[in-house]
This record gives sequence, structure tokens and C-alpha cells, in this order.
Amino acid sequence: MDNPAVHSPPDSADVVFHAHGITKVYQMGEVQVHALRGVDLDLYRGELVVLLGPSGSGKSTLLNILGGLDTVTDGHVFYHDRDLTQASEQQLTEYRRYHVGFVFQFYNLIPSLTAQENVAVVTEIAEKPMQPQEALELVGLGERINHFPAQLSGGEQQRVAIARAIAKNPSVLLCDEPTGALDSKTGVVVLEALERVNREMGTTTVLITHNAGIAAMADRVIHLADGRISEVRINARKAAPRDISW
Amino acid sequence: MRLQAIAIGLVIVSGVGIFVMSLSTLDSLFNTRETYYREHHFAHIFASLKRAPVSIARRIQEIPGIEKVQARVVATITIDVEGFPEPVSGHLLSLPAQSPGLLNQLYLRTGRLLEPDRDDEVLVSETFANAHGLTPGSKLRATINGRRKTLNIVGIALSPEYIYEIAPGAMFPDHKRYGVLWMAQIPLAAAYDMEGAFNDVSITITKGANEKDVIDRLDELLTPYGGRGAYARHDQFSNRFLSEELKQQQTIATVFPVIFFGVAAFLLNVVISRLIGLEREQIAILKAFGYSNLQVGLHYLKLVLIIVLFGVMGGVLVGAWMGRSLSNIYMDYYRFPFLIYVLQPYVILSAAAISAGVAVLGTMHALRAAAKMPPAQGMLPELPAVYHATLVERLGLQRWLSQPTRMILRHIERHSLKSLISVIGIALACGIMMVGRFQEGAINYMVEVQYGMSQREDLSITFVEPASGRAVYSLASIPGVQHVESYRAVSARLRFAHREYRTAVQGVNPGGDLQRLLDTRLQLIDLPEAGVILTDYLAELLNIKVGDPLIIEVLEGNRPTVQVPVVGLVKQYLGVSAYMQRRALNRLLDEGDVISGAYLAVDEQYQNQVYAELKDIPRIANIIIQRVAIKMFYETLAETILFFTFISTLLGATIAFGVVYNSMRIALSERNRELASMRVLGYTRGEVAYILLGEMALMTLLAVPLGLLIGEGLCAYLAFRFDTDLYRVPLVLHPDVYAFAASVVIGSALLSGYMIWRNLKHLDMVAVLKTKE
Repeated sequence: MDNPAVHSPPDSADVVFHAHGITKVYQMGEVQVHALRGVDLDLYRGELVVLLGPSGSGKSTLLNILGGLDTVTDGHVFYHDRDLTQASEQQLTEYRRYHVGFVFQFYNLIPSLTAQENVAVVTEIAEKPMQPQEALELVGLGERINHFPAQLSGGEQQRVAIARAIAKNPSVLLCDEPTGALDSKTGVVVLEALERVNREMGTTTVLITHNAGIAAMADRVIHLADGRISEVRINARKAAPRDISW
Repeated sequence: MRLQAIAIGLVIVSGVGIFVMSLSTLDSLFNTRETYYREHHFAHIFASLKRAPVSIARRIQEIPGIEKVQARVVATITIDVEGFPEPVSGHLLSLPAQSPGLLNQLYLRTGRLLEPDRDDEVLVSETFANAHGLTPGSKLRATINGRRKTLNIVGIALSPEYIYEIAPGAMFPDHKRYGVLWMAQIPLAAAYDMEGAFNDVSITITKGANEKDVIDRLDELLTPYGGRGAYARHDQFSNRFLSEELKQQQTIATVFPVIFFGVAAFLLNVVISRLIGLEREQIAILKAFGYSNLQVGLHYLKLVLIIVLFGVMGGVLVGAWMGRSLSNIYMDYYRFPFLIYVLQPYVILSAAAISAGVAVLGTMHALRAAAKMPPAQGMLPELPAVYHATLVERLGLQRWLSQPTRMILRHIERHSLKSLISVIGIALACGIMMVGRFQEGAINYMVEVQYGMSQREDLSITFVEPASGRAVYSLASIPGVQHVESYRAVSARLRFAHREYRTAVQGVNPGGDLQRLLDTRLQLIDLPEAGVILTDYLAELLNIKVGDPLIIEVLEGNRPTVQVPVVGLVKQYLGVSAYMQRRALNRLLDEGDVISGAYLAVDEQYQNQVYAELKDIPRIANIIIQRVAIKMFYETLAETILFFTFISTLLGATIAFGVVYNSMRIALSERNRELASMRVLGYTRGEVAYILLGEMALMTLLAVPLGLLIGEGLCAYLAFRFDTDLYRVPLVLHPDVYAFAASVVIGSALLSGYMIWRNLKHLDMVAVLKTKE
């Protein structure tokens, strides 16, 4: 089978995720919604993957399953050698706690905590975290650590969210439409932060977007349509975020 | 939305329900009493005397302002109930032939009225009949004017004069050992050589007549005939007891619903604000379609008012049903012959007005916030709320606090008003529960001081006529009687400055073991040879201090009026009295060694023999068995208190649970997104629950001490309101009262915490990633 989503890795030890035949069916009232219809996918250490696809193509469902937030109807997902589809609720919590960093479209910061404290929410429970200050400097917010979310712009809030996601030194960074609520100028700053984290820390990053332009900064671009992978493209040359046409 | 509406409805139903129940019950009790008094022509003024010819009754009729005079014969008798060894005393009242307008008319429950000339027929009071299982056809034996007689019961009756049926001198009703009987006028008068005479009179006065003047004229007229001082309806024993009890009910019936309704109103406001808050997006859409703020406002107002309407209707129905049941319980307790349940329109209207007012206020408050913003913004995610570091953190404690703890503190501080109201709500619940338990402890204490330390006799007896002091020796010679102490008691009017009070002056023997006087610190007082000692409450009533001269106007015998200095005060929770040395009182009355009765200590093993001996002494008018009376009192009271404790515990627990659970439910729905985000970040359910439950725990911990303080205040208020000359409720709060209230509140908080913990299981992590709010 020639499936570019599961192409031979340079070294199989570098496979972070190995997904096989994942199917997800939602029961919406009396209607069954097939969100994923048998997806096979491998993700490698340090790569930046962009998931592209229209609404309802299943990309968010796929991301949620990889992040241990949702269960599969059928198939298996391995994180290294751990089968996430067999994990208990408690094991999934632990998996998210120590290995996964999330960035959401609407930031989901805790409004009652400052930028630094929002990051500390994660570092307090992580195994080998960086200092909150350090994480915020990495996203260019070293000066604003004592600001509350209400005192930050959308782009700044999203960068706090990124700092929060990376501060635990996660193995994977899962971003669902991180620039979805931002204008292009702010979006570029956020993407630069993500690109820098990926490059400097080698964190495997999966990024969902509607915006095909963003695909230019990926190592690999995976297109989803109707619950299936419709196309996988490998970028020979990655574009820098500021060169992306929005 | 449907669930929210039901929740709002239920809050209104319970608030309105309690409100309607309490007020309608109270109205019904007052109304029933009024109707009973009116329809049965309960007299306005009463007087008893030694003996006067009927012509005097006609002269009484001539006193201006008098409407109707009814003379009768009243006798004290001892009764023998078959199979009941203890002495039973009673009052035998003459009953004129039934005619319209007869005063103190009886309500005949079963049987028939008396034949006018039968000397073996009696009616008995319902309480006494029930206590002994007597019915028409039953027989009694009684000693009437020294002669034993068998009496046939022909009917069971209730009288407005004896709603509260208590033996003279007793503090508690004892329906087994005291009863009221009625006999036809002619044979009773014959038995006491009272043909053409009377020894008791009841009077009604015309509207606008001066009661005090009538009483003075009456006293003037009756004094030569051994009149013992006329008194008005408000001093009539049964009526006074009933009035005091109803006054207490009134206090309880207003304090409780106000608290409960207040909390319900708060919940209503919070839930409605939240409901409108959730409708934010819809409001924006409606406005985008061109609806004005007013139209949108009216739409939601109508919605809320419909919910309120249903809530109020439900509450009135539930309240009326509960009120009717509660009134029936009270009717049994107070021995009314019938119950007139009234639900006055003002009760319903004020319940509806308060509910609607609170609901509209909550709606307006939330709508104003929603209407202020432009439609487009309404459809965007809500901006993060503004927070800042709390005081605790600024004090430098910050580094000791984890992020979730900081979230708790900052949330409480940011919503300080809401948090404060929640804390007050929980505290009120705690306070209510203390009130329920407080009564029990207070009454125990009251009885312990009065009967354990002060009046320690087993029996107290009263002679028909004052007797020689030597009578003590014959009493002491009865086998089983361990100790006898005599006393002299006269009824008197006590005066100081412009204040006066009618009570008995008690002459007791100094150094007595059965009757002991305690000072305000409960230390024994030695009765000085001269001077008078007053109950502390009586001193307050007369506004008299130790050292002041008290004027004693004796209402018996040759009726001397003397001035005696007050030499001390005694602590007494039941009744009010003035005390002197018996010999000093004898001297004051210008009599020899005379006693009115005696206190007896009896060996329990011989008590039945002692009773039998005492029953055979004709000059004993009345025997009160103290211990049995107390036991009876506890039995009656236990039921009431148990009911009251149950109600207040239920109320308190409901309020505590309602406040805690609702606050947490609302916090959960408001912070749903925040908490789900934390779950996504790898926080466990327990760690996330800590943020919600920790906040609630902190508020509960703040509320409990505050609640205990509020409870103390409420108890003190009730104790103060309950203070009457009949009894004073001491403010005695044992540690178990505090412990109980605190545990129920904490228990309710734990229960709602557990329910929230279960709710957290369904926190949708996936949804928060995609949705705005």
C-alpha cells in the first residue's frame, strides 16, 4: 500500500504517533455522523505537520483523538508503544499532563491568573518543566508576565497559551486553529512563536488550519476530506511565517 | 432552559409555601380564638368572692358600662377516677339553664346538656375526659362539700374559659390530675348552701365602657362579701397562657419565613441573572433583527413572570395545604372546638409581590448588561473578566499558594458580593438550626433550676380555708411523708410608683429544704426576718430596686395595705412572686400561726398510701404532684419541640443545601470552560473539583462561625421575645447546639459537593476547544 501518510521513516524509533484504521462515529440524535472513516497516519519526532481540510472533514476529531481527549470507535492509536485507545480515563489524564501541549483557537486562558500564573498552572503539575518566565520569553512576552488576560491583546493571549503549552516540555504540541481568531499581523507573530518552538525544542507539532497559506511552513501537509486523508504533501522547502501569504 | 425554569419555579414554590403556611396558620389561630370567644360570649371581667346574695348581682348590673352579669357557684372538689390512685382535683361550676346570650357558653362535643334539677349529672371537660377515657355514661366519684357522691357524666364539653386547663397554682397542664366539671345551678347551690347566693361572677361590658372603672366599682361592691379582686380578660389564666403562646407563634411565624423567603429571593435573583446571561447570544440575534431593547426586555420579563406566576400558584397551594395541616395540629394542642382556616388575600398578594419584585429585579439587572452591548459583540466570545491579585496575596503570601488556590481566592474576591450573600445564606441556615435545638436545652435548664434547685417538693397541697400551723404535724404523721414545710399565700396587688402587679405573696419558712430561694447567680438566699424578696422579672415589671418601698395591698381577709422594703431579688424562670417569712406575713395579716398549705417530700414507695390518706382529708382543696406535672409537661412539650426541631432542621438543611448546591451549579456552568480547559491540560477530576469545592469549602468555613453568631443572636432575640410574667426562657446554649448546627451545614455542603463532583464527570473537554462560550 502506497500511503504517503505512513511512509517509511528514516528511523522507526522516531515515530511518535502510529495511528491505524481509526474510525469515529458520532451519534447525533437519530443521525450517525462518520467523522473519521479509517485513517492511517504516522507522525515523526520534530516534524511540523499541518492538517488542512474543510469544516466537517474530521481534522479536529483526529487532533482530539491524538491528544487523548476523545475515544475512537474503531482502530488503534499508538503514542510511542502506548495504545491510547486502550487507556483508562486516568491514564489519558496523565498522558495529557506529561506529554501533550494544547493550543486552542480561543486561547482558553484562566482569566483570574496572570500570564505567568497561567503558565504556572501547567508547570506546577509537570515533570520537568521550564520556568514560566522562560517559556514566556520564548514567545516574546517576557515583559508582560504580570498581566492578566483582560489586559492582553488576542495575539498576546494566544502566545501565553503557546507558552503554557510548551512550558512542560511536551513531546507533541497540538494546535487547533491557533490563528483562527486573529488578524494576519498578529497571526504571523503567533506562527513565528510556534515555528521557533518547533525548531529550537524539536517538539512534534500538529497544526489545524483552514488557511491553506499556512501549509507553506509545514514539513508535511495532510489534507482531510470527508473523514479520510485525501492528500499528503511534503514541503521540500519550508517557508518562514512572515513570508506566508495570508 | 426547561430545567432552569423548573429550578426557579421550585425556589418560588418553597419560599411562598413556607410564607403562606406560617402566616395563614397564625391568622387562623387568631381568627379561631376570636370567633370562639365571640360566639361563646366569653366574659370580659371575672371576680370571685366568699358568698353574696343574688340581690348583689342585680346591683352589679347597675354599674354603668355593664352589659351582662352572670352569677354562679364555683367549688373546688376532689375527684376519684376508678383505677387511678393519685389524687385528682377539679373545679365544679354551676351551669344556668342554657339560654341565648349566656356568658362563657359551653361547646358540647358529645352527649347532652344537664337536666336543671338533677344533682347527680355533670358535664366534664374534653381534656379531662380524654385523659381518662371518659364518655357520656361513665361515672365518677367526687367529694362535694365534704360529702362523697357518685356523678353520671352526661356530656363532654369545651369552654372558652378553659382553653388552657391548668390547676390553680400549677405551671403545667396535667389533664389526668385536674379537670373541670359542670353541674346544674340549683343542685350545686344546694350542695354548698348557696341557694339565692353566689361566689363567682362573670361580666361583659358595653363597647366604650372603661374596664378599669368597672373593676374598681365591682371591687368596692364585693369587698364586704369577701371579694378577692376582680380581673379583666387579659388576666384570665387560660386566656393569658394562650395569648403568650400565640405571641410566641407570631415571633416564630415571622422570623422563619422572612429568613427563608430572603434566601429564596436571593437564589431566584441569582438563577434568573444566570438564565438571562446564558441568553446573551439570542438577545444579540434578536437585536440584530431589529428588536428594540424594550421589546427584548419585555420578552424576557414575560418569560420570567410566567415562571413566577406558576411558582406562586404552586407555592400558595402547597402553603395552604401545609397551613391547614399545621393549624389542625395546633387546634389539637390548644383545644379549640373548631378551626376556622383563613388564607387572607394579603398573604397571597404579598408573597406574589415579593416574588415578582425579586424576579423582575434579577431580570432587569441581567438584561441591562445584555442590552448595553452592540449586537455584534454579543455574538463574539465574552471578553475575559478583569481580575487582580487578592489582599492575601499582596500581603506576601502569594508564593505559598498554588495556581488553583489563587483562582479560588480571586474568584471569591471578584464576586465578593455574590460570595458574601452565599456566605450569609449558609450562615442563616446555620442560625435557624441553632434556634430549633436551643429551645430544648433552655427548657431543660429552666426546669432544672426551678424544680431541681428551688421548688423541690414532691407534692404541694392547698387547704380549702387557711388552717392552723399545727396541721403540719398531722400531715407529717402520715406514713411515707418524709418532710413537711408549711406556707402562707395571699393574693395581693403590689404597687410601686404608678406601676402595679397582681400576684400572690408567699410566706415561706426560712431555712427550708423544699422551698428554697435562689439569687440571680443561683446562690441560696437566706430569707431575712423583715422585708420582701421579689422575682427579678417582677422587679423589672415594677421598675423597683432593692431598698425601695413596695406597697402591698392584700386582697383577702381584712385587706390590709402595708409598705414593705424590697430586700432582695430571686431568680425564677416560671411565674412571678413576692416572698416573705411566713411569720412576718402572719403578723402583717394580723393573724396567728396560720398556713395556706404545705409542701411535702414523700417516700416514693409509699406514695399511693399517701395519696389515699390525703384524699380522705376534706379540708385539702388541691394537691399538685410536682414530679408528675413535670413529666407530663415534658411529654407535651417533647412533641411540640420535636416537631419544631424537625421543621427548623429541615429548613436549615434545605437552605444550606439550596445555597451551596445552587452556588456551585452556577459556578460550574460559569466556569465550565475554565475547568474543562484545565482537564485538557492534564488536571485530574479531583484537582479540578478542588477549584470549585475549595471555593465552597472556604465559604462554608467562613459561614459556620458567622452562622453560630447569627444563631446566638436569633436565640437571644427569641428568648427576649418569649419573656413574659408566666415564664422566661433562659439563653442557655450548650456546645451540642453549636455542634449540631455546624454539622448539619457542613453535611449539606458535603452532599452538594458530592453531587457537583458527579457532575464534573460530564465536563465536555472537546466542546470547549471549539466553542467560544
